[in-house]
Amino acid sequence: MARASLRALAFVALIVLMGLGVGRAFAADGDASRTPVPHPPKGQGEHCVADTEFMRRNHMKMLLHERTETVHEGVRGGKFSLAGCVACHAVKGDDGKPVAFSDDRHFCRSCHSYAAVKIDCFECHASQPDVAKKSAAVQGVDGSIAALADHFRGMKP
Amino acid sequence: MSAADRRTFLKSAVGLGATTLAPGITLYAFGPAASAETAPVSAAKRWALLIDINKCPSGCDLCVSACRKENGWKSTGHAATDAQWIRKVTLRDPETGKTREAPVMCQHCANPACVDVCPTGASFKRADGIVLVDKHICIGCRYCMMACPYKARSFVHEELTDQKTNAPRGKGTVESCTFCVDRIDAGRIPACVEACAAEGGAAMTFGDLNDPKSDISKAVSAAASSQIRADLGLDPGVRYRNL
Repeated sequence: MARASLRALAFVALIVLMGLGVGRAFAADGDASRTPVPHPPKGQGEHCVADTEFMRRNHMKMLLHERTETVHEGVRGGKFSLAGCVACHAVKGDDGKPVAFSDDRHFCRSCHSYAAVKIDCFECHASQPDVAKKSAAVQGVDGSIAALADHFRGMKP
Repeated sequence: MSAADRRTFLKSAVGLGATTLAPGITLYAFGPAASAETAPVSAAKRWALLIDINKCPSGCDLCVSACRKENGWKSTGHAATDAQWIRKVTLRDPETGKTREAPVMCQHCANPACVDVCPTGASFKRADGIVLVDKHICIGCRYCMMACPYKARSFVHEELTDQKTNAPRGKGTVESCTFCVDRIDAGRIPACVEACAAEGGAAMTFGDLNDPKSDISKAVSAAASSQIRADLGLDPGVRYRNL
């Protein structure tokens, strides 16, 4: 009797473990779904000038607004600036220097190549910060982000 | 909330604390707002440059090299079309054969011909007298280059990749001396003036003509100075002494 109940318990435990395993497998499948999603490299600061969802939808509007104020009225030091984006989101290349827009690891390209949206900002503006600072990829605090960044580096735009 | 209101609000909110110690004495404490938004420029200032040719030795091109370094323009190997924001011009008196040199750049006219002819509004004069090209709107037609009597503007013919953060430049747009506008907005002086004062003959004086206490106002009122082609009535902001 005791042996039978022990066997039943072991069976139940096995089922539960298998269930967990299958669950995990599905979860993993969900994470890396067949639709590739861009994962731009993380910036250097603690947080961006606005939250991520807002930045995703509105960064172009903020840049457009401040460009006119800056060029025509000389308003500098605003919260949103292209130079600020470029400095905080610099990605370090193989030579240890921040990569330019011509490199597919560049922060802006990680999304713009994906979405096939051509930007002409960097035909005139510098796409690398003037002074080399610690850039996004060097920090490597979060292993998963580094792995994702590596994955996207391997992908052709 | 209008833009001006927002700015005022931000300034007061972000940390410009003022303490009144006694009537007439106010202490201002700048907190983390040191890099807060600057106010829009106004016509209260009129930026200008005075160049004393007697202090400008032949063969010295410190101002030109400083400008190159600051703004990132350089030779592309096509001398006829290369960008030239500032150049040393050799003047020769045909009567006596005496030659001398003068740096010539955008003269930042009060009535700029380049602004008159621009079809898109890209060529404009800032409220404080600095004449600029908004390269976002410039279509590269080069009318301004034809209109400018000082040959101050250049067209960028080739793709560029190594621009400076402070001086965006790109193919298909016209550019010229900006008086180092980003430095002025940060309370500094143009790179050429700084280089000339540090290592050259200190021939250049930069400042606000509307401020009677500024060095340049005192200098222009103390001794004669002239504008190049003053007869055109453009009222250049760059003045020369002993020309």
